[in-house]
Amino acid sequence: MHVQLIDIVIIALYGAVVLGIGFALRGRMSNSGEFLLAGRSIPAWTAGLAFLSANLGAQEMIGMAASGAKYGILTSHFYWVGAIPAMVFVGVFMMPFYYGSRARSVPEYLKLRFDEKTRAFNALTFAVMTVFSSGISMYAMGALLSLLLGWNIHACIIISALVVLCYIALGGLTSAIYNEVLQFFLIVFGFAPVVYLGLREIGGWDGLRARVPESFVHSWTGMGSAATNPLGVEWFGLLMGLGFVLSFGYWCTDFLVVQRAMAADSMNAARRTPLIAAMPKMLFPFLVIVPGIIALGLTLHPQPGAAPLLPAAAGGGYDYNMALPMMMARYYPAGLLGLGLTALLASFMSGMAGNVTAFNTVWTYDLYQSYLVRGASDAHYLNVGRVTTVVGTLISVATAYAAMRFNNIMDMLQLVFSFVNAPLFATFLLGMFWRRTTGHAAFWGLVGGTVAAALHYELTGVAGGGSLVSKIAVLHVYRSDMAQNFWGAIWAWTICFVATIAVSLITRPKRDEELKGLVVGLTPAPSEGHLPWYLKPLILGVVVLACTAALNLLFW
Amino acid sequence: MGIDLRKPIGILFLAYGALLAVYGVVRPQPVLDLNINLIWGVVMAIFGAIMLALAWRKPNAIKR
Repeated sequence: MHVQLIDIVIIALYGAVVLGIGFALRGRMSNSGEFLLAGRSIPAWTAGLAFLSANLGAQEMIGMAASGAKYGILTSHFYWVGAIPAMVFVGVFMMPFYYGSRARSVPEYLKLRFDEKTRAFNALTFAVMTVFSSGISMYAMGALLSLLLGWNIHACIIISALVVLCYIALGGLTSAIYNEVLQFFLIVFGFAPVVYLGLREIGGWDGLRARVPESFVHSWTGMGSAATNPLGVEWFGLLMGLGFVLSFGYWCTDFLVVQRAMAADSMNAARRTPLIAAMPKMLFPFLVIVPGIIALGLTLHPQPGAAPLLPAAAGGGYDYNMALPMMMARYYPAGLLGLGLTALLASFMSGMAGNVTAFNTVWTYDLYQSYLVRGASDAHYLNVGRVTTVVGTLISVATAYAAMRFNNIMDMLQLVFSFVNAPLFATFLLGMFWRRTTGHAAFWGLVGGTVAAALHYELTGVAGGGSLVSKIAVLHVYRSDMAQNFWGAIWAWTICFVATIAVSLITRPKRDEELKGLVVGLTPAPSEGHLPWYLKPLILGVVVLACTAALNLLFW
Repeated sequence: MGIDLRKPIGILFLAYGALLAVYGVVRPQPVLDLNINLIWGVVMAIFGAIMLALAWRKPNAIKR
């Protein structure tokens, strides 16, 4: 790709506006609640687009296009099965407890609902996980830009980290959220021409179908058995593992996204936040997956006289991660290319800012204020929040460099994190909807679920795949990593669910007075009688689910 | 006090749209027989203008 002056101007304009938003908000940061919780003053549509954007890291964009090229429209399961239902659930059913409890973070909710050790477990693992994943995506971004444009990888990492650091240190969570909304629009406008031009060249959807295997344009037809679809997993593992355990575990409990809803200006706005996010989210497959399928089409059946679009990979197959960049290189002239690169940068920054702001709040309130320095003035915690922004960013940069040198350690860490995450939703589900659940039960259920996930990994294998660690024994062989991952999650969730119930029955529950606002039955239902129908969470949720079902049928 | 988010979004998209459209006219680079810079520049400018118009017409709609 060849970058010209106009492209640089477009990227620089973006940088100026992003920093400008930070500067415009700096006077507002008078207390820690403003800085770390956005003063609970964000309108629903802003919070909703930020909710979506915080999850749209550059890895998500590149990765989903890559999956589109590798698996076709089956990738839409990660949206229509693996995201939308959980987003509806958290908005309609869980937000009354998160927002109503006035907890400042998800770990703090666990402290209020259960006990100190459950909070500590969740806060610590979450804090470590966020700085590491922001470091890993920083590295991925720098590597991509240096590969595509020949830019210096160190400059890419450090300059983009500095920009994010500045606008968060200046304007806190509000600044991150405002910028995420801007980034959302840039991502949409920056990638949409790829879809339009790609479909135009290849002859629309019918032209696309003619160039890729038939299984690439059907999302459910081959899901009857693991042997008949490229994901290597059958419908039950997909629905339960991805659609229930992993998806609800992420969208309903991960503070990175939930924080955006908790910053909303009212209970109703908080509940609508994930629902507003779900509407563009269900259309995202057209923006990110379809370009991947087109890239494959132009690789298997190149235009007359042209070379295959995707480069061949070393171990066979194609270098799928190049799908989105190669499509941009193919269609974007100088000018539009600057916009496309801005969209990539915007998606990277929104993902990173999401991690940094969530880390700030959890570190400052759940770790520093709870265990290190209690009872200091609010001004002290505001300063801690600002310093944490700097330190968190520095650790992320350090992680990016570690990822550059020790790839295996990073893969190991991500594996361990996946064990910790798998059982989470069982704990929240029981905590919110079963009054009898106790603190000891929540903690030991989580530990049990995490151990179960690790054991499952140790006792199963993947056909033709290697492993990061040596196995104790291989009792079952899955057809793909994905199947192993989904089934591991199902096991972890089930063990956590059963263990939490069992321990609850033999330990003493909290008194009802202590559980007000935290559990169903002891929390007043949010009033929404005065609202017009289009502002009612339940109705919005049903509409979103109906549209999702229709999309599934359309691409069956 | 906050800022009306529609303003920076509107300004940036209007600027991008104008920049791309003018560039598309001054230095046409057809892609699949389309002057995509001009087309997309106009689309983005319209989006930016709508954002600004909304912010200008109902300045308080975004606040509580």
